[in-house]
Amino acid sequence: MSGHRRTITFTLNGRDVAADIGVHQNLTEVLQESFGLFGARESCGQGLCGCCTVLVDGQAVTSCLSLAAFADGSTIDTIEGLADGDTLSPEQEAFIETGAFQCGYCTPGFILMTKQLLDENPEPSDEEIMHYLSGNLCRCGAYAEIVKAVRLAGQKRKA
Amino acid sequence: MTGGSTTTVGHSFPRMEGRAKVTGQADYIYNMRLPSMLHAKVHRSPISHGRIRSINTAAAAAMPGVHQVITGEDVKAVLPEPYYGPAFHDQPILALEKVRHFGEPVAVVLAPDPHVAETAAQRIVVDYEELPAVFDEVEALTSEAIVHEELKPAGTFADLKHLSGKRDTNIALDFHLNHGDADKAFAEAAHVFEHTFRTQQTMHTPFEPMVALADVRNDRAEIFSSTQSPSFVRFELSRLLGWPESNVRVKTSHLGGGFGAKVYVKVEALAMALSLIAHRPVRVAQTMEEQFYTITKHPNTFRIRSAVDGDGRITGRKCEVWWNGGAYADIGPRVTQKSGFTAAGPYDIDNIDIDSFALYTNRPPAGALRGFGIPQLVWAYESHTDIIASELGLDPVDFRKRNILRNGRPQAVGTIVEDGEFEAVLDGVAQRLGWNRPFDKGSGTKRRGRGVAIGFKASISPTTSSAIVSVNADGSVIVYCSTVDMGQGSDTAMAQIAAEVLDVPLDLIRVVNPDTDVTPYDMSTLGSRSTFHMGHAVQLAATDARDKLRAMADEVGLPEGSNAPLPELFIKKFGMRAGTVVGAANYKPDYAPPNYETGQSPNATPFWMIGAAGAEVEVDTETGQFRILRLVNVCDIGKPINPEVVETQISGAAVMQLGFTLTETMIIENGQLTNPSLADYKIPGLFDMPDVMENGFIEAEQHNGPFGAKGAGESGTFGVSPAIANAIADAVGVRITEMPITAEAIFRALREKAGRPLEDV
Ligand code: FES
Ligand code: FES
Repeated sequence: MSGHRRTITFTLNGRDVAADIGVHQNLTEVLQESFGLFGARESCGQGLCGCCTVLVDGQAVTSCLSLAAFADGSTIDTIEGLADGDTLSPEQEAFIETGAFQCGYCTPGFILMTKQLLDENPEPSDEEIMHYLSGNLCRCGAYAEIVKAVRLAGQKRKA
Repeated sequence: MTGGSTTTVGHSFPRMEGRAKVTGQADYIYNMRLPSMLHAKVHRSPISHGRIRSINTAAAAAMPGVHQVITGEDVKAVLPEPYYGPAFHDQPILALEKVRHFGEPVAVVLAPDPHVAETAAQRIVVDYEELPAVFDEVEALTSEAIVHEELKPAGTFADLKHLSGKRDTNIALDFHLNHGDADKAFAEAAHVFEHTFRTQQTMHTPFEPMVALADVRNDRAEIFSSTQSPSFVRFELSRLLGWPESNVRVKTSHLGGGFGAKVYVKVEALAMALSLIAHRPVRVAQTMEEQFYTITKHPNTFRIRSAVDGDGRITGRKCEVWWNGGAYADIGPRVTQKSGFTAAGPYDIDNIDIDSFALYTNRPPAGALRGFGIPQLVWAYESHTDIIASELGLDPVDFRKRNILRNGRPQAVGTIVEDGEFEAVLDGVAQRLGWNRPFDKGSGTKRRGRGVAIGFKASISPTTSSAIVSVNADGSVIVYCSTVDMGQGSDTAMAQIAAEVLDVPLDLIRVVNPDTDVTPYDMSTLGSRSTFHMGHAVQLAATDARDKLRAMADEVGLPEGSNAPLPELFIKKFGMRAGTVVGAANYKPDYAPPNYETGQSPNATPFWMIGAAGAEVEVDTETGQFRILRLVNVCDIGKPINPEVVETQISGAAVMQLGFTLTETMIIENGQLTNPSLADYKIPGLFDMPDVMENGFIEAEQHNGPFGAKGAGESGTFGVSPAIANAIADAVGVRITEMPITAEAIFRALREKAGRPLEDV
């Protein structure tokens, strides 16, 4: 609990930061409580829904299952770092334009996964999109629109 | 009230809060923190029914970092009658004397650190005297186990008063409807059919779990909650506190899903009581697991009988429905009644008897879940309809059309149907499926089939919505209403309505998040009522503001029809950019309550929601595994305010119902829920989608609706489950009567049909 604490440093959305953390705390909690970043949010708390997705050293992870202590020395990117000032990323634009969300709770996770997918594979097939995103759940059931959003984001990134 | 051509309404604008949602900035209550707040962690009952002998909180209280441990008796010391509920005041804030379901909140630990509170909550020791429990709705009718010794209806619903003080029964409410002479119809029938269908217990699993923060001090209670019902929460908490409603403020935000889970009071009463006791702000935030213990969807058993004449006309129908309401009534009695009266289906049947019972059991409470009982009913009556068609050798679509309800005819409740496009919706599905074209039924071990189903729902009546529309001196507009946007896009729809009436561009409109200090009364965001009820209120309030602006233009001497920009008008009137013009309105549609004896009402609902589905499946006869090749959903939603948002409502509803149809089920073994986690309670993912899915609505208009619109949030759920069951029956000739429809159930049925039944495990 509150007993064991340590200080970690890492790069968060392009800035070098430090945080005093409890060794039991997961990364979601530290991003929220120490940095006020709520885009990665806990829902299932068991690595099953993807609402808490962040990129650690460029790899998407479920931050609810990542101990914050392991983030020491890493580079972390969250949904809050994706837009360039007021300019939304192509993935964000595509999600708005295709209406790929309802409540929006799952949306940051899906958008980060979309970005990572398109970084690796700029022209994924629908089957590849579905495979790649299948670890993320949307209770509002916006799946059809999400697949469309990924396709549109791919086009936007090429343009 | 419908305009000819519109500039904003009827167009697909993106959601107003889209940018906040894609940047992670959306302001859910789950993300909210208050200075110096305490975290609450709940200790829950491990048993389903028992008397509390003692609660030992010493070890928990002694843990370093624990602020306080609170039990039901502590709550009772500050709130003498700590029971709440919309229909019955039967639910204690924390258990008192008895626990009535597994997972019931028994005690709470408060601590500044949530991890400390969680660990300490596990150190509370409760001694129970276990009592016999009942889990099945039919057994509850006659069981020895009595969940509540005495019924305690809330005063809010006049038609529940006769239940007051009733003892030693698990029947929370019985609803009866008689239309025509069903006995006579059955005596004279050429064919009589009887079947029984069942549905399972499921949960909404909103991704933002239920959460409330409370700050109670100096005769003032501030509640921040992920609620669909801010006005009701204010009403109920002020009742518990004995304070005027103006001393209670309930504020909400965008919700990370609701689906009915967050209606009425959920965690708000507990948060309020804890803050009242601790004199500190308190946050009660559930985990995904805890949601399963809080509110669920009613399982039910439905025995349906039909009398059919020689021409394939249904002449009589008898429906008996038993609703498993769990340990606390919540809004179950309303499900029993409001949904009960549509139990005979969207057919023109002269003679109908309906008996619908709300039962208490020792399961977690059941309440509203997207469809409010309707999907459970459609499951039964549309499966039954297909069995009849098949036994009479009639085409399932033709048989339905022969009997379908039409405008100008009375529904079972006695209300004449208006603006209910049942046949067009059914035709819409049949057409998209290509029903009249030849269909490849597969061969060998892969057999294909297709099926349709149609359901309907009345709106919840009589209910009121109020709205304020204020016009600022620069011509921008603020809409104040207590409709909660939980993803259905209501903010955007309300803004479109205000923009249309005031002829102001959409980006000059702001919709305020519900805050009972600021936004006026609304019954609740539920039952697909907002577009119709709040849509009306916003339209009327905006019209009121527009009339005042016109009067102001007259006053300052602008010629009639002068299109002076709004900022100029304000400067002319106030000499500078100053002043506000405020329009306000209440809206409540007409309604006539049903007669208690017959269940008949000349005006039971302001509109009907209609949804049909068509499915094509492929079944592997060796394993029972099946695939949904195609799922089509068509609804009558009147004229859409925002067509694209409406379409996502229809598809989202269908996807959710797909989960309830195929995979979702709360498994209770030995009085324990074995799967309160997304790991074992399987909601639909990307690979659970049908190969092809089409969603749409027919051209229609709700003449008494705002700009011709009506509700659309639930209609997509109605037909999904029976359409799939009917398609499976068409493919392999077996009938599944109990949800969920699993490969195992199909395999068992196939083996049974082949005369080689599997042993039960
Ligand atoms: S909250 Fe982390 S995966 Fe669900
Ligand atoms: S948009 Fe609500 S969970 Fe995906």
